[in-house]
Amino acid sequence: MHDRLAMTLQDDLTNRIVKDRAKGVLIDISALDLVDSFIGRMINNIAAMAKILDSHTVLVGMQPAVAMTLVELGLTLRGVKTALNVEQGMKMLKFDNLF
Amino acid sequence: MPNEKSRVGKILIDHQTALLEGWLATLVARLGRHETAVESEFRNQATRFLLLLGNAINIAGCSEIDSAAWTGTRQLLEEISANRVRQGYSSIETANFVFSLKEPITAYLQNELAGDPSALVIEITATDALFDKLGLFTVEAYQKTREQIILRQEQELMELSTPVVQLWKDILALPLIDTLDSARTQVIMESLLQKLVDTGAAIAIIDITGVPTVDTLVAQHLLKTVAAARLMGADCIISGIRPQIAQTIVHLGVDLQDVITKASLADAFEVALQRTNAAIVQKAS
Repeated sequence: MHDRLAMTLQDDLTNRIVKDRAKGVLIDISALDLVDSFIGRMINNIAAMAKILDSHTVLVGMQPAVAMTLVELGLTLRGVKTALNVEQGMKMLKFDNLF
Repeated sequence: MPNEKSRVGKILIDHQTALLEGWLATLVARLGRHETAVESEFRNQATRFLLLLGNAINIAGCSEIDSAAWTGTRQLLEEISANRVRQGYSSIETANFVFSLKEPITAYLQNELAGDPSALVIEITATDALFDKLGLFTVEAYQKTREQIILRQEQELMELSTPVVQLWKDILALPLIDTLDSARTQVIMESLLQKLVDTGAAIAIIDITGVPTVDTLVAQHLLKTVAAARLMGADCIISGIRPQIAQTIVHLGVDLQDVITKASLADAFEVALQRTNAAIVQKAS
């Protein structure tokens, strides 16, 4: 995933949250093999933006290599909830009393 | 020197068949035993080598075996060395593949230059130097393959000795045995995290009962593993902390932050059950 794509994602996502009045966002990153500090911050930002729009964000499907890179980079993704897969992610959103 | 290029090169081309047979006879005799499969492999390799050797000498001469013209020859030697390693030959036996070609070639040189002793000396010196280089190259290639195999075996051994087991639904356990070093801990981290993805387990219990000592590096690796697992959406409990290790951790000033630690695996299991909304019920007997 390259940088411009990440910016586009920010735009698209925030627009859709407002348009669809979405209460929860599930971001599936299982297809990401590598994550750098830019993407890491991007994900953090998106979660923060979603929160401002009153929408909960859960990140699912993080690969071990990605997790290790983020730990090495010291990125804790504070404020971003994570789940191992989509099922658990949905469970989490349910727990937030979304549906 | 003008003759250097052509003399040995010429011998290789003019007397290729005879050289091949003479060389093969020595190689097979050195084998000590009679095996058709091995002999035909030798024949194949020797034939290709003679061809490549002749070409290389005729294009670029005897001295610079690192040059482009010698690439084919070098690659063949690398291939042969790698094969010999896997087949269990020693480095000397492998190098002798090259060295045993020296004698027949020298014999031809002596024949052809019998009437010109100074030229003979020059040719033989050059041939000696060439074969020394080729022999050394072969040994080096042999060693490189050996090292690669050893490294790969080490890796496999490490992976085998760090099994991740599924204790219960959504609960994994990783019993660590023996001293942990950086490399092993890395492998352990990766296999645990991968198992978390594969099973979708919520909690992993890392039991270090079998670890005699923990130093700062190991402690950091463990903490990183926990951090990575959390990032992925799972959690870890570290159990089996012996009194000495607890003391070491405090003395080293390692900050365990908010990682849950338990003295025994049983306690850790209890916590894990609670976290996954499970309970063990004692049936009325």
